[in-house]
Amino acid sequence: MGSSNYQPTNKAVKWFEDRLPILGLMHSTLGAGYLAPRNLNYWWNFGSLAGFMLVVQIITGVILVMHYTPHVDMAFRAVEHIMRDVNYGWLIRYTHSNGASMFFVVVYIHILRGMYFGSYKSPREVLWFLGLVIYLLMMATGFMGYVLPWGQMSFWGATVITNLFGAFDFYEGMGESILHLLWGGFAVDNPTLQRFFSLHYLLPFVIVGVVILHIWALHLPGSNNPLGIDAKGPGDKIPFHPYYTAKDLFGLSFFIVILAIFIFYMPNIMGHPDNYIEANPMVTPPHIVPEWYYLPFYTILKAVPDKLFGVIAMFASILIFFVLPWLDGSKIRSAKFRPTTAFFFWLFLLNTLYLGYLGTKLPDEIMIDMAGGIDALTMGRISSIFYFAYFIVIVPLVSRMESTKPVPISIAQSVLDANKKG
Amino acid sequence: MTTKDQVEQEEGVTRRDFLYVATGAVGAVGAASVVWPLVDQMNPSADVLALASVEVDLSAIPLGQTLKILWRGKPIFIRHRTAAEIEAAIADNGAIDLIDPEDDQARAERPEWLIMVGVCTHLGCVPLDQRGDFNAWFCPCHGSHYDISGRIRKGPAPRNLEVPKYAFLNDTTVKIG
Ligand code: HEM
Ligand code: FES
Repeated sequence: MGSSNYQPTNKAVKWFEDRLPILGLMHSTLGAGYLAPRNLNYWWNFGSLAGFMLVVQIITGVILVMHYTPHVDMAFRAVEHIMRDVNYGWLIRYTHSNGASMFFVVVYIHILRGMYFGSYKSPREVLWFLGLVIYLLMMATGFMGYVLPWGQMSFWGATVITNLFGAFDFYEGMGESILHLLWGGFAVDNPTLQRFFSLHYLLPFVIVGVVILHIWALHLPGSNNPLGIDAKGPGDKIPFHPYYTAKDLFGLSFFIVILAIFIFYMPNIMGHPDNYIEANPMVTPPHIVPEWYYLPFYTILKAVPDKLFGVIAMFASILIFFVLPWLDGSKIRSAKFRPTTAFFFWLFLLNTLYLGYLGTKLPDEIMIDMAGGIDALTMGRISSIFYFAYFIVIVPLVSRMESTKPVPISIAQSVLDANKKG
Repeated sequence: MTTKDQVEQEEGVTRRDFLYVATGAVGAVGAASVVWPLVDQMNPSADVLALASVEVDLSAIPLGQTLKILWRGKPIFIRHRTAAEIEAAIADNGAIDLIDPEDDQARAERPEWLIMVGVCTHLGCVPLDQRGDFNAWFCPCHGSHYDISGRIRKGPAPRNLEVPKYAFLNDTTVKIG
């Protein structure tokens, strides 16, 4: 992660540093040795917030495991035991379950920040890939974690999501073999719970590993910034510590207040009441919904009338982010100077939120009361088409054709100009 | 080995090339044979496979009702069909909206007993009884409608409800599995 100009003055520290230069590594990654653009705004706070949430999830998770039992006969009761009997168990569990939601909020904002300011563009493509890998691992981790309390939503969520892989039924019995392999049985059952528990424990540490690669890839080109232009001279940059450590900690204090409001005042608002009913393989709840952070993709799945193509469309809707760096052909990164791009970005965001909202609806619920009523399925189809059109048509065309606004020559210059005006 | 032999200098195939490939191939087979147990342990274990069959007493199921039992972690529907239901099921044998065309006679050994795995072939929810367009089974998860023969007629499910292997031991007992 870059060479270090770290020069310890303390003799003992120097002795240690000569033998393991880890303090220099910290210094040049998160300390005064890392020079960051001077114009980073609060949207750049969300990377460190995501790191904070990962630590929170790991600490609360390891504690939960001390009281939890991964067995179909005991898991549901173990979670109730944590809630009622274990000292501060309710706090640990509510922090873990709401923490997962807030982790996703933070990561979604972090990804959208990258989209708006063009952070995925050259030379940061691999950085973008690693971020997407983290996101995919988070989805897998969150999904398997949600199965652990073994409530009705746990069980039926696990059933529906694992069944997606049964769509790959290219020869007689193939889909079924895949499912039996995933379940370790003929349905979601105890072997499934146990393997999900094992993986739910493992994957967060894999995420830690990918986060390290992510930061490594960040530090070669350095951070992007709201102007999207390269930081060149020394006038463009300031040391990460103390400037951004202070700014990030200030942002973190606000974030913790929000997290605490959820944990203490509405701990179940992101959850589904049916998950307080123990799993029952004989009865599907009348209306199953995944956790909110999967909803847009769930709508895309439901929008396609064919099982296999529905599953393919759902995976494609996430994997398409990997090719964004090449779909976008603009020479300018930041949407600040690309008004048409910015407009469609906001439309994309609204449409994705709407897709999420549709995810909570039954297919035949009436969404728009005109022309005899337009149902959620039809709206889901329209929104799904727009979702893909954004990537396949709008971004490639707009990025190559739009007339852009003049870009400042340097970060320092733009700061000076802003000061003159202000 | 500082000098090259004749064949090597002429860039032909040497004994050493052969040994490289042979060693690599044996190594790859060895690695694969180690990976297989690591994958296969995920498959259903012997005790899970051993839960093979259940016997059900049919005499307790009134006409026009469905009994639900659990078999291998999945619900099984046993419906005691009325004469009208059997007639409707057979009448629909050639219906054009059958997504997975199948005759009712092929789905029920004895027409009054329709025995099926109660798992929606879309993504595995349990369909609800006496609901939907055919007043038979309806899956609430993503809206699949099945008829009174358990055939998929409308919605995202690709196949009819599965008929498990079963045998009538006598007039009132069926063995499933
Ligand atoms: C990427 C980090 C993580 C995420 C996103 C995550 C997510 C989740 C979610 C969504 C639940 C369900 C909460 C509920 O509804 O009750 C859960 C439960 C659980 N998680 Fe995690 N988790 C993470 C890390 C960990 C780690 C590192 C461990 C263990 C070392 C762990 C152990 C558990 C346990 C034991 C439960 C079951 C108890 C419960 O349901 O509250 N988690 N996790
Ligand atoms: S699981 Fe039955 S319709 Fe999707």
